[in-house]
Amino acid sequence: MNWLSDFVRPKVKKTAQKEIADDLWLKCPNCGKLLFTKELKKTWYVCPECDYHLRLYMDKRLKMLFDNGVYSEVALKLIPDDPLKFKDSKKYTDRLRTYRKTTNRNDAIVVARGNVGGVKCVIAALDFAFMGGSMGMAVGEGVVKASEIAVKNKIPLITVASSGGARMQEGILSLMQMARTASAVNNVKENGLPFISIMADPTTGGVSASFAMLGDIHIAEKGCLIGFAGPRVIEQTIREKLPEGFQRAEYLREHGMVDVVVHRSEMKNTLATILQILTDKRATTFETKGEKNKKSA
Amino acid sequence: MSDDTNVVLDFERKIVEIEDRIKTVTALAKDSDVNIDKELNRLQLKLERQIKLSYANLTPWQRVQIARHPKRPQCLDYVKALIDDFVPLCGDRVFADDPTMVGGIGRYHGISVVVIGQEKGVDLETRVKYNFGMAKPEGYRKAQRLMDLADKFNMPIICFVDTDGAYPGIESEARGQAEAIASSIQKCLTVSVPLISVIIGMGGSGGAIAIATANRILMMENAIYSVISPEGCASILWRSADKAKDAAEALKLTAQDLKHLEVIDEIINEPIGGAHRDTVAAIEKVDEAVYRHLQELLPLSREELKKQRNQKILEMGRRLETESVEG
Repeated sequence: MNWLSDFVRPKVKKTAQKEIADDLWLKCPNCGKLLFTKELKKTWYVCPECDYHLRLYMDKRLKMLFDNGVYSEVALKLIPDDPLKFKDSKKYTDRLRTYRKTTNRNDAIVVARGNVGGVKCVIAALDFAFMGGSMGMAVGEGVVKASEIAVKNKIPLITVASSGGARMQEGILSLMQMARTASAVNNVKENGLPFISIMADPTTGGVSASFAMLGDIHIAEKGCLIGFAGPRVIEQTIREKLPEGFQRAEYLREHGMVDVVVHRSEMKNTLATILQILTDKRATTFETKGEKNKKSA
Repeated sequence: MSDDTNVVLDFERKIVEIEDRIKTVTALAKDSDVNIDKELNRLQLKLERQIKLSYANLTPWQRVQIARHPKRPQCLDYVKALIDDFVPLCGDRVFADDPTMVGGIGRYHGISVVVIGQEKGVDLETRVKYNFGMAKPEGYRKAQRLMDLADKFNMPIICFVDTDGAYPGIESEARGQAEAIASSIQKCLTVSVPLISVIIGMGGSGGAIAIATANRILMMENAIYSVISPEGCASILWRSADKAKDAAEALKLTAQDLKHLEVIDEIINEPIGGAHRDTVAAIEKVDEAVYRHLQELLPLSREELKKQRNQKILEMGRRLETESVEG
């Protein structure tokens, strides 16, 4: 497989008239304030009133992370839909069709290549807008592919989780993606390459209990929900209300599960610095500092 | 406390009726001289036929019920029957011991092994002790520690998987249940000794796969293995837990389905009427299969064992894809 042929040009999307009208104003889910979308875009969808981090659209997130917003999407192998012929109140294939139409994506993952802080890397990002970012075979395949690209090109792997967990409609095959993605990212790590896991709102279930929690370094976005079981399931099990701040990024850091909790505005810089430190271990700044130390000693 | 070890499943009712008849007839015959051999014979034949009939075409939901049957042999039953000189080991060396996650060393057909598995308990007291088979993070960290032990001393690992799922509670989250499961899966993938997992009852989601990412994944005929419980799935997708039966159908969680999807390597047949009707025979069948697979894995080098496991996991579902593409 040639990396050149794996590239796809970012599609130019026609924005429907209706969308613009809908998106002109957004209500902050936290403080309820009406926000002007134009303003929100400047802050990467962080509420200027209460600092609440709204969920970021996939293309915005990639633009935010990559240098100058430049990246190329990697074409992913098309996975045949609906291996179980799953049907609840609706057919799974119908659900897929709806989400593909609204998100303009084939599934809940995008794999993209580019530079972050000048470091070549590959990012696999989950899209909450597509069935809650749930992990089925297509998402698993995306993480496997991204890991393969990282190993082949000796570049760092970054995953961005924003997912409710495994995709029930793919049954046991979605569960198996936990093992598949674990194996894939492990291969990156065993090859001595950095694997940075970014957790965005939410990172729960089968995604948090697999690749997302296996990073060399874990970065979480301020205030995001991270956990194994969802809050509702826990409340039902223990039959009491959960404490304030439970399962939030800061709680996870306090409990030793996350290295850094950052404001969205700091995400890119934090990631860039970490990547630079891990990949360029003989930066010039180090030498000058070393010289200084020698002199003073 | 109700004695639920005498649980009768719906589709077993006819079987129990005949069994009761046999008991009554035998009891009556005790007090009289009437020769009941003929009648008994007839009833025995009828019983066998009924068992075969009842168990011939089980629905997924019926299998869920069998997989949860309180009399079904559990992890410790297998350990007791199959592992000599078993030394139970405790603790994750970080926080606590999780009794749910049974673990220890012993000899299996003379070979030194590490055994890991979830125990659910058989009555109220033991169920509370084993937290109904739902392990906490310390349980999964204990499993990892034992896998390291196996790796260090080059001992095969045998896992008996039987859990409704990992425990969802405040303390589980506080101690990092997600990380514990993720790392446990990773540990399964990095050890370089034979790793065989047997789904003996309930293969409940992340809590199960944490110790079921193996060189060989075997599954008992009436066990189930699923990404979510039928009740959980029903309440989310059908918005009613009463639709668990439909969810059980849709989720494709039986051993037969999983073999078809190439997620498991082998189905271990249970004695007719299910493992709960003949525990000894069920354990023998598991023994036969585990021993056979272990014999196949033992000659492989440490490197090969690890590679085989990772390749198998990475390839999972891929063949299925090409099949359906061509088809």
